[in-house]
Amino acid sequence: MPEGTITVNYSGAVNAALWRCLAELPETLLYGEDVAKPGGVHGVTRGLWKEFGDRVFDTPISESAILGSAVGAAMMGRRPIVEIMWADFFLVALDQMVNQAANIRYVSGGRLTAPLVVRTQQGNSLGACAQHSQNLEAFFCHTPGLRVAMPSTPQDAYDIMVSAVHCDDPVVVIDNRTLYFGEKQEIVTDRPPAAIGGSHVRRTGPGATMVTWGAITHRVIEAADRLAANGTPVTVIETPWLNPFDTDAVLESVAKTGGRLAVVHEANTTAGFGAEVVVRAAEAGVLRQPPVRIGVPDTRIPAAPELAAALIPGTERIAAEVAGLVATG
Amino acid sequence: MREQLMADLRAMWRIRAFEEKTQALCGSGDVRGSVHLCIGQEAGPVGAAEAFTDGDALFATYRGHGWAIARGVPLEPLFGELLGRASGVNGGRGGSAYLSAPEYGFLGENSIVGAGTPMAVGAALAGRHDGSSRLAAVVFGEGAMNQGAVHEAMNFAAMMALPVLFICENNRWSELTLTRDMVRNPSLTDRPKALGIPAIRIDGNDPATVRETILDFAEAAREDGGPAFVELTTQRLVGHYVGDAQQYRTREELAEDRRQEPIARAAAALAEAGVAAAEIDAVRAAAWAEVEQAAAAALAASPADVSTVREHVYA
Ligand SMILES: Cc1ncc(C[n+]2csc(CCOP(=O)(O)OP(=O)(O)O)c2C)c(N)n1
Repeated sequence: MPEGTITVNYSGAVNAALWRCLAELPETLLYGEDVAKPGGVHGVTRGLWKEFGDRVFDTPISESAILGSAVGAAMMGRRPIVEIMWADFFLVALDQMVNQAANIRYVSGGRLTAPLVVRTQQGNSLGACAQHSQNLEAFFCHTPGLRVAMPSTPQDAYDIMVSAVHCDDPVVVIDNRTLYFGEKQEIVTDRPPAAIGGSHVRRTGPGATMVTWGAITHRVIEAADRLAANGTPVTVIETPWLNPFDTDAVLESVAKTGGRLAVVHEANTTAGFGAEVVVRAAEAGVLRQPPVRIGVPDTRIPAAPELAAALIPGTERIAAEVAGLVATG
Repeated sequence: MREQLMADLRAMWRIRAFEEKTQALCGSGDVRGSVHLCIGQEAGPVGAAEAFTDGDALFATYRGHGWAIARGVPLEPLFGELLGRASGVNGGRGGSAYLSAPEYGFLGENSIVGAGTPMAVGAALAGRHDGSSRLAAVVFGEGAMNQGAVHEAMNFAAMMALPVLFICENNRWSELTLTRDMVRNPSLTDRPKALGIPAIRIDGNDPATVRETILDFAEAAREDGGPAFVELTTQRLVGHYVGDAQQYRTREELAEDRRQEPIARAAAALAEAGVAAAEIDAVRAAAWAEVEQAAAAALAASPADVSTVREHVYA
């Protein structure tokens, strides 16, 4: 293994990033439900409590206190990294994010800051119920003052966590639990923390630009590969950072791909962040064809896997809809 | 006493067999997704059931199969729900952790810790305005005591003197963390007491104690309309969810839990009272026969109907 690299799956990458931040930044704290002694319900924080002692601890099932104490500790110079076990559980404590964390810097004219990171995970997985399946990134994107990221690869999971912890704004990093135990990959771990933001071009082709983030990126890439195999290659831009969002990269690409844009996310369509991306492209005047939005229809998420599968965009549906877009003009 | 205990054993075995069958169906891949079993906690629902009548409202958690069964929901549509069948109580929409059967006064499980408590307060509030003497009951784990909504709900019910039974099933564990490590004052009943709510901690592994206590409290709540809080000490003999390896628990603890669990205790008490082993065993066999039949029927039913997946989002 080359120096400065490790071979890990997604959860191992998050663990390594947390390890690095706790080691390099003595002002960091890590806490949440089951994160310390048990090492997290998904095992992501395993070993950190042993290594870092009382800076890593378990909390009661008290999301308001978890988030609110992170805000207060951050105002006083700590860099808390806290976990909300499921994004759905954010909803019992949103006040601390929206009314509190997001306002600290603004109202104090920058004299106070709230440099905290909230780690969470979301989305549907086999048989998950309606209260454990939602994709809530748009809530946070709609809140000025918060930063939002949704990685999909071990390298991004690592880099984004390191950048988020170093960032002086409150950052929400949203994983998808179906990614945690994916295949191991070699990732680079010795780069200095990057500034937040940016995007990746995952595939190139003139047919259209597909913009996506989070776990569904993998399906989008599969769909793009199918389209390429059928002779219509398209461009895939993954935007793991939603705030700040790499608007320029998207606009440039749309202009180069015939003004054809498709956005794909697992969240439901109405007022999803994809709508924002489409509007930015429309405002910039780069659209030459009606854009395509692919997401879950506006419904609750059922538990039965067959029912959920009928709602959550799969590779097939994504490829078909984008093929239709490529065929326009 | 002997007749009652036999009846309780029967009722507890129905729940136990349902849960063990569910566990097997998870293993075979027929039930998919996360499932939380109440194996070891059967005395609570069985003891409490008598206190409820038609029109009462019961709210439970993801660990609520036993409460649904005790409330009278038939086993086949419950299995159907877990299996994602069209015949399930929610047609596959709810699943193991979020099922409901309002026809039986079972207003639903909940997968958000503590969230059922304010809803139960509302059910009792509705009863004040609809002329019913509805009793609302809400079941939650001891870990939920650290959730803000639970405190808000308790005080709200106390302030309005609403007939709400707060039933706290204390199995000691908040998922993978010991709840006693997450509090400074281990007496959970001190909290409702501080809000002016009568509260008691009882042996939640003895259906008779549960029955007596809940009946008393229910009657009092219906009469003068105030809430009450009952903490049932109990244990889960299985993981937090199916598949939880429970590395956080010691062998000694599990062994002690197996000694305390309600079915073993009831069987031992019956044996001591002179009931023949064969008679006790027949209770188990009968429960399993019923459960196997219900599961087989549910397995044979057609899967959830995809054409309906977008129905019922709005009026
Ligand atoms: C608001 C919220 N926070 C966290 C969770 C995750 N969670 C599910 S069950 C559980 C433990 C609950 O323990 P307890 O209330 O004692 O009930 P038990 O599971 O032991 O029946 C946790 C933390 C959740 N579902 N909802």
